[in-house]
Amino acid sequence: MMSDTLIIAGRSFHSRLLLGTGKFSSPQVMKRAIEASGAEVVTVALRRVELENPQDSILSAIDAGRYLLLPNTSGARDATEAVRLARLARAAGCEPWIKLEVTPDPQYLLPDPVETLKAAEILVKDGFTVLPYIQADPILAKRLEDIGTATVMPLGSPIGSNRGLKTREAIEIIIEMANIPVVVDAGLGAPSHAAEAMEMGADAVLINTAIAIAGDPEAMAGAFKKGVEAGRQAFLAGLGRTHKTAEASSPLTGFLRG
Amino acid sequence: MNFYDEIRRTPWDEVRQDIENRSRIDVEKALAASPLRLEDFMSLLSPAAEPYLEDMAQMAHRLTQQRFGRVIGLFAPLYLSNVCTNACTYCGFNVHNPVERLTLTVDQAAAEGKHLHDLGFRHLLLVSGEAPHTVTVEYLAGVLARLRPLFSSISIEIYPMETVDYQTLIHHGVDGLVVYQETYDERRYREVHPAGKKRDYLWRLETPERGGLAGFRRIGIGALLGLNDWRTEGFYLALHARHLLRAFWKSHITISFPRLRPAAGGYQPPSPVSDIHMVQLMTALRLFLPDAGLILSTRESPNLRDHLIPLGITSMSAGSRTEPGGYVHDSHAEAQFEIADDRSPQAVSEIIRRKGYEPVWKDWDAAFLH
Repeated sequence: MMSDTLIIAGRSFHSRLLLGTGKFSSPQVMKRAIEASGAEVVTVALRRVELENPQDSILSAIDAGRYLLLPNTSGARDATEAVRLARLARAAGCEPWIKLEVTPDPQYLLPDPVETLKAAEILVKDGFTVLPYIQADPILAKRLEDIGTATVMPLGSPIGSNRGLKTREAIEIIIEMANIPVVVDAGLGAPSHAAEAMEMGADAVLINTAIAIAGDPEAMAGAFKKGVEAGRQAFLAGLGRTHKTAEASSPLTGFLRG
Repeated sequence: MNFYDEIRRTPWDEVRQDIENRSRIDVEKALAASPLRLEDFMSLLSPAAEPYLEDMAQMAHRLTQQRFGRVIGLFAPLYLSNVCTNACTYCGFNVHNPVERLTLTVDQAAAEGKHLHDLGFRHLLLVSGEAPHTVTVEYLAGVLARLRPLFSSISIEIYPMETVDYQTLIHHGVDGLVVYQETYDERRYREVHPAGKKRDYLWRLETPERGGLAGFRRIGIGALLGLNDWRTEGFYLALHARHLLRAFWKSHITISFPRLRPAAGGYQPPSPVSDIHMVQLMTALRLFLPDAGLILSTRESPNLRDHLIPLGITSMSAGSRTEPGGYVHDSHAEAQFEIADDRSPQAVSEIIRRKGYEPVWKDWDAAFLH
């Protein structure tokens, strides 16, 4: 089998599981979960960290040599705020990669398509590698790709809901039409959900809540790792078509070719 | 429809009766509902729900972990002034109480803030009595100029203001507004607020709305538990939260649970709320409003606070002093209420950890300010 690497903006990753760092019961638990997940990209909310503080509990638990620290703009409710946060992170020494989250409603944290597009335009022009969190909207995904975002990250279901791929049909279209990696983000609550996304041909998934609030986050991280790998392997192996009815072993039109 | 109209359409006595009449079947239906309707919420507030308290607690625990994670936010109040023109019968700051009054100078406020910052706090709540001629907008702007660099989030719990004044404060770095209605029952409200600007029920009721219009990111509401029947009060509290959620969908709504404690003047609450009922109210609110922040102060005892951590609380204060100057100024000014949990912030954060939660000192950023 050819080597199967995930390439985002020219950078290669072996793992197709990205991890969020919110909601963990301690930095130590988070650290062990990251290790068990095999993730190479770890996203952290800028609102939660003190970038200038070397003792920050989250940042000091993540080895910047081993993981790509992907700052996110969680909490931003419009393009202006998201852009400001991204620039502050870069000014504080983060790599110019940004997971763009513009979620004006604090209830379901659903992404604002208009403001996300606006912010992406500004940040891409500004030299950022932009990974935008979006609704599973195929046209929005293409518009973002046209602008030059590095990925699109459509949601499976609302953040933290653990409800799985409720947006499956739209994500299938996004995958079919995309020339950039599609990372399914948000709502995946079980390794089987992650496997399902990967079987569909998603390039990667991002998991946070399902691991952070599991009874044993480290073990759950390992389970998601396997789910992602199994789904990817199945996708590459070529899944058989599914049928609505049984395939007749004595075809009715066989006599025509007899 | 404005909220006052909503209240008038649902008279207090009818709501109270309706809640009292709920049956166990109603409660079981409510526990199986997703999402809960207002009807279901009323069932969970009822006496019939009391045997289901453990189920409610388990559900509230799981739901809170899913929505907020295994984290508890920490904040500290900074009392700027205990000068007050109101005569609230239950409050230590009551204008008629012959107690020592003090308003911190800007330098004193900055020193108190520095102390809290050094303890680790990044979320601050500025508190004062109703003293618009002492705690002026200009004074607050001066205080904020000194405190802003030290904190990632600053909220205010002062007297109700006009929208335009709130906009000025937001401009100077305030992102959250806290204002308790005390009681939603207009009759009881007038009895316990006999004098001062606070006598105006409607002016206070519409304060969160003025704050929402001004653009606060966080709007906190609450009812003073002990003033009235807690079940009925809880209904209006949830109705208010839901109204604000819909009207100001970009703001995060939080609910506090101030329970009446001994204060100067020797006030005895007319309808004391037991621990069991407080837990019932808290868990019912969590199930009805999965995304509301639920906030707990140091009015409650260490033992109760520790046990409430996994039941739906998202944020708590620690190491609080409720008299102006109480942190570093050796103040003798009167406190608003007596603190029941006087453990240090570090001790409280250690307890949070031991309960399996991460204490979060910073969950906002000054970069969100315009």
